[in-house]
Amino acid sequence: MGYKTYTSFGLTTFLVIIVALYLLFTDSGEAFDVGRFLEETSPFVWGSLGIGLCIGLSVLGAGWGIFLTGASILGGGVRTPRISTKNLISIIFCEVVAIYGVIMGIVYSSKLQTVPEAQLYTRDNYFTGYALFFGGLTVGFCNLLCGLCVGVAGSTAALADAADPTLFVKVLVVEVFGSVLGLFGLIIGLLMIGNAKEFLPGSPAVSTIRI
Amino acid sequence: MEGLFFNVNSGFLEGIVRGYKSGTLTQSHYASLTQCETLEDFKTQLSATDYGNFLANEPSPLSTTTIADKATQILVDQFNFLRSNSVEPLSKFLDYITYGYMIDNRDTHELLERCHPLGIFDTMPALCVATNVEELYQSVLVETPLGICPGMTPTLNTKYHDQRPISVIASLLLILTDMNIEIIRNTVYKAYLEDFYNYASTIGSTTAEVMHSILAFEADRRTINITINSFDTELTKEQRAKLFPAIGRLFPAGNNVLAKADDIDQVRQVCENVGEYRSFFDNSASAQSNGDLGDFGVAAQLEDRFFRMEVHLNKLAFLQQFQYGVFYSYVKLKEQEIRNITWIAECIAQDARDRIHDFIPIF
Repeated sequence: MGYKTYTSFGLTTFLVIIVALYLLFTDSGEAFDVGRFLEETSPFVWGSLGIGLCIGLSVLGAGWGIFLTGASILGGGVRTPRISTKNLISIIFCEVVAIYGVIMGIVYSSKLQTVPEAQLYTRDNYFTGYALFFGGLTVGFCNLLCGLCVGVAGSTAALADAADPTLFVKVLVVEVFGSVLGLFGLIIGLLMIGNAKEFLPGSPAVSTIRI
Repeated sequence: MEGLFFNVNSGFLEGIVRGYKSGTLTQSHYASLTQCETLEDFKTQLSATDYGNFLANEPSPLSTTTIADKATQILVDQFNFLRSNSVEPLSKFLDYITYGYMIDNRDTHELLERCHPLGIFDTMPALCVATNVEELYQSVLVETPLGICPGMTPTLNTKYHDQRPISVIASLLLILTDMNIEIIRNTVYKAYLEDFYNYASTIGSTTAEVMHSILAFEADRRTINITINSFDTELTKEQRAKLFPAIGRLFPAGNNVLAKADDIDQVRQVCENVGEYRSFFDNSASAQSNGDLGDFGVAAQLEDRFFRMEVHLNKLAFLQQFQYGVFYSYVKLKEQEIRNITWIAECIAQDARDRIHDFIPIF
């Protein structure tokens, strides 16, 4: 095991154990309360995190895919300039992945409405918060992996096209199947918030936090 | 996972080297080259390929050495472009490729012009003034990059420094004989192959796979060549065994048998144990009974088979993307192509058209 892995895992585990034992031995073990954490965290946190992850991971995937493909197109295009125009389609497939992220970001952010603190903590609002978080995570990861897949396939398509022009369409079919993955993420993300209402103020009696 | 980060530093260069590779001569090019009547036709045919007008400024009549030199210069220019645009670890990998040529450029008595241009290093002119054997050892083995390769100096140090000083001077004085220069050269080459093999393992999965198969064959080829060339010479069997690299399919069992071998039949037996090498000696038996080639003919055929196998393995390297083996393979394949066109040019120049097809086609 390398020095870096050993230090990072070891130090983290050590700190976690120290904190846990401290809580245990100073009679505040009950401070570690997952249920309370979930109830007390504002649904806005979950919602905003979800939207941020959605667009952030999608753009990461798209950018990664574009540089993977772009480097190979540039290299192959030195000797075979004809590939540079046709292979822009691989770049477009990667870009589409980022567009999916933007669309979902816009759809999700329409659920964010301001609600005063005292009326925030209703069942429906919790549901919306969690749905936005996990929906955003799903879309983000799907788009990240889709961008990677299209990027690697696009890089191979560029080099194959430079060697033999008849290969381009065949490798493009592989890329098309890869880009469908992002679409799947988009569909599931939409389904996940299908039943989530936007953030609405509840009546004061229902929405107080238990201390 | 190598595909995710390879393109950051080396994607552009991989595209460039694949572009170079697509410009290598194909069967149709060779067909038109072999039909040339004079070297001027030859030059015209070559100008239609990626070689372009590389012979444009040469005075006619052309000589085949000029053609070979200019073609090699093209390869060197391409390699230097790749080398100057690369970063670690690719730059170190490309340096390793040049070390092999540096080892072959060792003789201080040869003219600098006969040295392979890829192996020229900065202190090379200083070599020509080294008359004392210790200066020779110092400059060739210690000051070249070879001397600072990790893992290489221990081998040489144990060979030269463990002995008492008197015998060291005595053995160094023997260096002036040709045979011992060959021993030094082969020892250094053995260390280089093993070092390159280990370096390829540290780089990663696909590069390691591709380079291991190529370098293993290279090691086996040297082992077999050293064995065959040392029959009937003063090289003792212990000395011979020390020159065999510790990598390859023939290591360790085949190496042990080859160290004790006395004739070519034993070499054939060893090679039959390895599937890929069985065919190296196959037809030589029938050819020997047919045309009485003798040992020299067998060796020439063997050398041809080795080249074909090397070309085959280097072509396979291009089937994998996101690895450094393509750079090594391109250099070797281009070299083979230069040997091919030199051969064809020689056959045209000397009007020996019956053997003009004796080259090894690449693609």
